[in-house]
Amino acid sequence: MLRLRNVNTFYGKVHALKNVSLHLQEGEIVTLIGANGAGKTTILNTISGVTPPSSGDILFRNESVNSLFPDRIVRLGISQAPEGRQVFKPLSVRDNLELGAYLRYREREPRREIQKDIEEIFQLFPRLKERAKQLAGTMSGGEQQMLAIGRALMAKPKLLLLDEPSMGLAPLVSQEIFTVLEQLRRKGTTILLVEQNARAALKLADRGYLLETGKVILEGQADELMENAEVRRAYLGKDKKEIWER
Amino acid sequence: MQFDQLLQFFLSGVATGAIYALIGIGFSIIYNSTGIINFAQGEFVMLGGLLALSFTELLKLPLWAAIPCAIAVSTLVGALFERLAIRPLRRPTPINLVIITIGGSILIRGISMLIWGKDTHALPPFSGEEPVIIGGATVMPQHIWIVGITLLLISINKFYFFHTISGKAMRACAYNRRAAGLVGIDVRRMVLFSFIISSAFGSVAGIIVAPLTMTAYDVGVMLGLKGFCAAIIGGMSSGMATVAGGLLLGILESMGAGLISSGYKDAISFIILLLILFFRPQGLFGKSESERV
Repeated sequence: MLRLRNVNTFYGKVHALKNVSLHLQEGEIVTLIGANGAGKTTILNTISGVTPPSSGDILFRNESVNSLFPDRIVRLGISQAPEGRQVFKPLSVRDNLELGAYLRYREREPRREIQKDIEEIFQLFPRLKERAKQLAGTMSGGEQQMLAIGRALMAKPKLLLLDEPSMGLAPLVSQEIFTVLEQLRRKGTTILLVEQNARAALKLADRGYLLETGKVILEGQADELMENAEVRRAYLGKDKKEIWER
Repeated sequence: MQFDQLLQFFLSGVATGAIYALIGIGFSIIYNSTGIINFAQGEFVMLGGLLALSFTELLKLPLWAAIPCAIAVSTLVGALFERLAIRPLRRPTPINLVIITIGGSILIRGISMLIWGKDTHALPPFSGEEPVIIGGATVMPQHIWIVGITLLLISINKFYFFHTISGKAMRACAYNRRAAGLVGIDVRRMVLFSFIISSAFGSVAGIIVAPLTMTAYDVGVMLGLKGFCAAIIGGMSSGMATVAGGLLLGILESMGAGLISSGYKDAISFIILLLILFFRPQGLFGKSESERV
């Protein structure tokens, strides 16, 4: 469904992605794990057209989407819930969700349909329903994250990009988010998930890629990665002692 | 007697203040969607008045037909300005953009001088010159038109920004451009929209004020600055704060001109502008926002 081939991205002079290749199949959840600055967010932003690649190919359903403007990418069916939520704080929760469906309004989809989908998001995140009229900026971080995911889903994406949905959240709230992701998975949503919480991400995902300083250094089935000594040592904080002693 | 006079100053202050408010809203709409202070804003005020004049005098159109034509043409100029001068910029920095708008304003003013000459022109009032007596003060019918049209436009503006999807999208853009792009909003299109709306607002202001104060190729400079002043007092909000800023400015100006000397009329607004910029740069009604991360 999505394929990156030898993608290179620069931030000014910083070589942020070095020959990154990865792929996603329909209905799959794939996670990108790695330390801060490994390039996880850059991969999502490169796909979304925020930081266009300087070389390489990005194919979405066999169509090249290199260097399109972000709004064109959304139109093709790729939505992103960005890092740090980035909800529209001065607007109400409902307005935020409506804006998620902006392109559907532009394409003159009946309002009924869009309202129905808003109700569906409310079912997924009942807390948003309670706060529908509240300004997004007055909500807690967890609620804003739910809104960011809901907003991205409102575009009815074929592929959902999630950037650190559990960042800065209390364990319980972050668990709540992952429960919803589990529900989305059962509905067959295709997700590319960036997470620092490698354990939770690998538990949810089908496959994963491990990134280090802009390069993919390991890829495999999620359960394999979970057992991989390198991953366990560096990202799951387990068996540290054994490895050092060996 | 004294009270009548004050009422008189107050009412004419409200009318000029309404004009400043309209122009100020034009400033803040563009500022909010692009971060640019569009110093060409005043030129659309001038264009509105002079185009309406040409449509009535040269093409012999009745006023009711000339006005929409004038608004349409100046809005078109605003849209072209965005497409030709703002959008092509490769790496837009605020300072580049501000200088471009100043250049654009000089260009538009120059061309207008070639077309309309340096004379002052007057547009006929919309509905006669029979003064209306309110309390002990006399008010020109044009004053009432000005206040009425301003109120109407501000309500439309409010409805657009708060109740239509494209208005909400513009607010989203103003708040966070990147996130707006990520939900599929075409940011460049929204910038074009903001230029269209604010040049339309500017030209309406220029048309409704022209029967009262006359118009010429260079009225845009002063009116533009006054509108800028109103927007600064309002903290660059595109809502009621800027309207209040405009009214406050208009009333103070007219009181000052009446009670002290009309020679100080412009000085008063610029002193207010400086005081606001020194002491309350977030605007008179602005509060420092607290945000949750």
